[in-house]
Amino acid sequence: MDTLGKERDSQISRRQFVVATAATAVAAFPAVLRAQAAPVKVGIMHPITGFLAYSGNQCRAGALMAVEEINAGGGIKALGGAKIEPLLADNQSKVDVGASEFEKLNEAGISAFVGPYASAIGISTSQAATRYALPHVCDVTVSDRVVAKDKPTTFRFSPGYTSIAETAISRLDEINKSAGGIAKKVMMVHEESESGAGTQKMLAKELPKYGFDIVETVLHPNPTRDFSNIVLRIRARNPDILIIGNYYDEYVLLVRTLRQQQVRLKGIYSVLGGGASSFRFVRESAETAQHIMDTNHWYNPLNPKALDLRKRVEAKGLDFSYEVYLNYNAVMWLADSIERARSAKREAIVEALATSTWSGHILPYGPTKIVDGQNTGAMAATLQVQGNDIQVILPKQFASAKIVFPAPA
Amino acid sequence: MLELTILAPALINGAMTGAVYALIALGLTLVFGVLHIINFAHGSLLMVAMYGVFFLNRHLGLDPYLAIPIMTAAMFALGFGLQKSVISRASHGRDEMILLVTLGISLIIENLALYLWSADTRNVQLPYGFAVVNLGVALVSRTRLIAFVAAVVLSALLWLLIDRTDLGKAIRAVAREKQGARVVGIDVEHIYAMSFGIGVACLGAAACLLLPIYYVNPQVGNVFVLVAFTIVVLGGMGSFVGAFAGGIIIGIAESLGGLFLGESLGQIGIFLIFIAILLFRPTGLFRARA
Repeated sequence: MDTLGKERDSQISRRQFVVATAATAVAAFPAVLRAQAAPVKVGIMHPITGFLAYSGNQCRAGALMAVEEINAGGGIKALGGAKIEPLLADNQSKVDVGASEFEKLNEAGISAFVGPYASAIGISTSQAATRYALPHVCDVTVSDRVVAKDKPTTFRFSPGYTSIAETAISRLDEINKSAGGIAKKVMMVHEESESGAGTQKMLAKELPKYGFDIVETVLHPNPTRDFSNIVLRIRARNPDILIIGNYYDEYVLLVRTLRQQQVRLKGIYSVLGGGASSFRFVRESAETAQHIMDTNHWYNPLNPKALDLRKRVEAKGLDFSYEVYLNYNAVMWLADSIERARSAKREAIVEALATSTWSGHILPYGPTKIVDGQNTGAMAATLQVQGNDIQVILPKQFASAKIVFPAPA
Repeated sequence: MLELTILAPALINGAMTGAVYALIALGLTLVFGVLHIINFAHGSLLMVAMYGVFFLNRHLGLDPYLAIPIMTAAMFALGFGLQKSVISRASHGRDEMILLVTLGISLIIENLALYLWSADTRNVQLPYGFAVVNLGVALVSRTRLIAFVAAVVLSALLWLLIDRTDLGKAIRAVAREKQGARVVGIDVEHIYAMSFGIGVACLGAAACLLLPIYYVNPQVGNVFVLVAFTIVVLGGMGSFVGAFAGGIIIGIAESLGGLFLGESLGQIGIFLIFIAILLFRPTGLFRARA
């Protein structure tokens, strides 16, 4: 009698037991036993402290909302569901700190970078990104010195100040013509860093082409404690239109001082103004804000995803400012590019960004086309504070209200 | 020339602004004159005071000017407590340690403010916030005029306190000769705490005058503290008259500098004055009184 054989027939062998157990485990707990897809590290840098802290925190909020949404939706599917792992950095609103934080992020092995909000810092980080062949997605950084032909790894989805300035002045001409061409004299006040000074230079080139006379240009430091003297100059020059461009705190202080000093203008027209396209400005300074116009970044008010995002942002108690949705957009664009690259390698992501035709965004732009790092489909919207809201007045295809010009006395 | 037509209003604006700078600097010069230390937490304490005024207005509807007695008392208590319980204990009486302790306090306060209140800029909306007074040559906002008058009055009160009261006498004695003061029975540590408290109380008053004009965020102290240090050196460390005069001079220098050199270069006037004083009159325009 083959006792062993009988036992072999009736009992499960050890090998069969192990195989059955493993199969059960894989079927029941696939996430545990299957190898986890390595996360894709993305450096996200903004001015969380310093004089740009309000904007920086808004930027970070927008970027992180996008990261959460991507990860909650299954991560980067082309990489087996790899999550985006944000490595956060604070450039403290300073160029030198931005540069050193960028080095730290690079050493931490990031696959791509999003930020750094301020143009002055962006010039430095984009140079470093070129050295390290690191994909650098600009969130705002309007200076055209940030994105350039000799920086092949730096990309920007939103418009730069050259295109914004050209758009802004042609629309100012349109606004002026709609009121019978009553405005001729223009004065400009900008903050002195790369964003403001660069924009002012562009505007100074464009304005004379449309017959406007520039009576004076002023640059002021950040922060500025007192605008009394600048407002004295504005009153003395008596321009028809005042064009301003500064960060939020100074913007509000300037327009409040204008009101205090009873300076009457036909219109205040910001180009990349820090306040007039801010819901917070409208909420906190409603009377002062009335009829101020701004050509600036904006979301597409006809896009359901944009409206949904606005609801979610406001539910968190945040203002739906350009910093939020431009950063949300920047991270989403990067994620789309990583999907198309099917790789977390830097060079593959750069190639994907450079050839992107992404249409899943929430901005009022034309078709996406990247030339030397810049999305040529990007364009600014012209807005005006009317009542308790900010309306799009131009371009007409996105307009939600009629132009009010000149500003009522 | 445009600059000449707006010279008079610029001078008036500069003097108005300078008076508020002076009030901020008065506290600093008192602390330096008595304790012989530079309080690196001065700017962040100003920021705390401004938040105090903001929240009193936001939650209790209290007008910033009516908050002056409350904020002065509250900031006095804070300054007194800081010196008594933190600075004197942590520094073990060594000047270099006091600098580090106040620097540490400054960092903690700023980051705590950022954590508690976020980086958002806040300002108060007052019914008379846009009212102006016509002085003939210039339109001056009512809030600035009030700040100027209040700064003059508060500076005078502080001078009276130091010059005419027993407490003031004791403060001057400790400032002049610490050991001698101790020998005649003055509680030097108590006087240190009182002086620090009074210096910080000045910030409470300054905050009430500043908030109707300016905004508050966790970084706002840094905007004013450099100017305050310049004024203290210009006026003479420990001199109240010097701090007030220095504030007015700096305010006017800043205003005229901005007028003739542009807003960016205009700040250079402040630092040129600072360097000139250090070179030619290092004790300041007004030597500290005994």
